[in-house]
Amino acid sequence: MMNKFSKEYLINILNSGKRIDGRGLTDYRNIEVEYGVSKHAEGSAKVKIGDTEVIAGVKLETGEPFPDNPDEGTIIVNAEFLPLSNPDFESGPPGIDSIELSRVVDRGLRESKALDFKKLCIREGEKIWMVLIDIYPLNDDGNLQDAASLAALAALSKAKFPKLLEDDKIDYNVHTEELPLLKNPVECTVIKIGDSLLVDPTKDEEAFIEARLTVAVDENGRVNAMQKGGQKPLSMEEVDKMIEISLKKTKELREKI
Amino acid sequence: MNYERKNRKLDEMREIEAKVGVIKRADGSAMFRIGGTIALAAVYGPRNLYPKFMQDPEKGILRVNYNMISFSVDERIRPGPSRRSKEISLVTENALRSCLNLEDFPNAVVDVFIEIIQADAGTRCAGISAAAMALADAGIPMKDLVAAISVGKLGDTLVVDLDKSEEDYKGGSTDMPVAMLPRNNKISLLQMDGNMSHEEIKKALEMAKNACKKIYEIQRKALKEKYQGEAENDEQI
Repeated sequence: MMNKFSKEYLINILNSGKRIDGRGLTDYRNIEVEYGVSKHAEGSAKVKIGDTEVIAGVKLETGEPFPDNPDEGTIIVNAEFLPLSNPDFESGPPGIDSIELSRVVDRGLRESKALDFKKLCIREGEKIWMVLIDIYPLNDDGNLQDAASLAALAALSKAKFPKLLEDDKIDYNVHTEELPLLKNPVECTVIKIGDSLLVDPTKDEEAFIEARLTVAVDENGRVNAMQKGGQKPLSMEEVDKMIEISLKKTKELREKI
Repeated sequence: MNYERKNRKLDEMREIEAKVGVIKRADGSAMFRIGGTIALAAVYGPRNLYPKFMQDPEKGILRVNYNMISFSVDERIRPGPSRRSKEISLVTENALRSCLNLEDFPNAVVDVFIEIIQADAGTRCAGISAAAMALADAGIPMKDLVAAISVGKLGDTLVVDLDKSEEDYKGGSTDMPVAMLPRNNKISLLQMDGNMSHEEIKKALEMAKNACKKIYEIQRKALKEKYQGEAENDEQI
C-alpha cells in the first residue's frame, strides 16, 4: 500500500509537538464503547477509537482444569484479523500479528488476575469454566492493540454465567450472575517515530513505527504486562517515559468502561 | 514477602557456558547454556530468498525461527510451531535486527534457527544470546552484539535470571525478559508478565543492564576463543 505522506513530512510535524490530524502526541482519538454486539455472547462490546472499530465477545464453556491448577478456571483469548477490516489482511490461519495481539491482551488479563479464577471452578480437578474471549477488528485504522484490550475488558465487565444444568449441560438462554471481575487492566501502546513518543497511531502513522511498547496497567497503577515491538531499540530513558505515559493514559481509557 | 535464594545472590546469574562454531554445516553457530537451559543457534546466509515476492531490493531480511525440542521439558511438547514459539520468533527477530547491517545483501535472507535443547526457564534470552554469537560467527556485519537476560520479582524481591522453580514461585513471580545492545545500553527486547510498580521496573532494568554486560564479556570471550584457536592452527600449518 502507498503511504499518504513521507516519513520526513511526518517527523517534521511530530517535532513541532503536533499530529497530522491536529492531535497532540499523547492524545487518543475519540473513544466510544458500546455493549451488546451479539445477544448470543455472554458479554460483548464494540470499541471505536477514531475510525478503528473492534468487537470482542465472551463465550463460556465447561472443560477440564489444567493438572497444575485443578481448582481454577481459565481464559483463552483469540483474535482474527478479518479481511473485511483491512485490504492487507488475508483469510486463513491466524498470522503473527493477530497472534501477538491476542497473546498480549491475554497476558494483561491473566497477570493482573482480572478474573477470580478460583470462582470459575465447578468441581475441583474435574470441571471448570473456560472463558473464551474472541476479538475481531471491523475497521483497522491503527492501534488495534489498545482497542482490543479495551473491548475485551468491556465485554468481560458485562459478561454473565450461562445456567449450568444438573447434567452439566449449559442453558445459554438463561444467564445467572456476573463473572467475578476483580481487576480492570487496560493496555496503552506508546510508539516511537523519529525522536517523538506518541499514542494511538492512525494506520498512516503506523507505517512509520520504529519501536513500540505496550503496557498493561490495572486500576492501582500496577504494571502487569509489557511487550516491546518494532525493529529499533529503545533507550532506558525512553522506556521510562513510555511507562509514564501509559500509566497516565490507561486511567483515561478505563473511564470509558 | 521477601524471597530467599539458597544457592546464589539475588543479582547473580546461574553458571554460563558459551561456545562458538558448534554446528559445522552452518555459516555460523553457537551454544549458550545458563544453568539448566541450553540453546543452540545456527545461521544460514545471506542466501537467496524465495518466494521472490518476499525479497527486499534495498536490503537483506532477517528470519528467525525459535523452537523447543519436544523432550526439552518434562511434559512433551508437540512438535511444530505453536502460538508461543511464533511470538518468540518475532520478538527475537526484532531483538537481533537492530544490531545488523543488511544493506549490502539486497534480495537475500539471513536465517537464524534457535533450538532449545533443555529448558529451565529463560529460554528466549538464552536463544538470543546464542543467536547473536552465531551471527557474528557467520560474519554478518553487526553494530554490536546482543545479550539477553530475564529479570523479575519473587514475592517482593527483585532477582536476576529466574529458574523454572522460581518462575513457578507460589508467592508471586514476575518475569521480565530483556535484551540489550551492551555498548550503548539500548533495549531491543522487553517483555513482562506479572506485577511490578514503575520504580521496580526501573530497578529491574538496571539489574538487567549489569547482567547483560557480564554476558557480553562471555560472548566476546567465546568468539575470540574460536578465532584465536583457528589462528593458532593456521600457524602450525
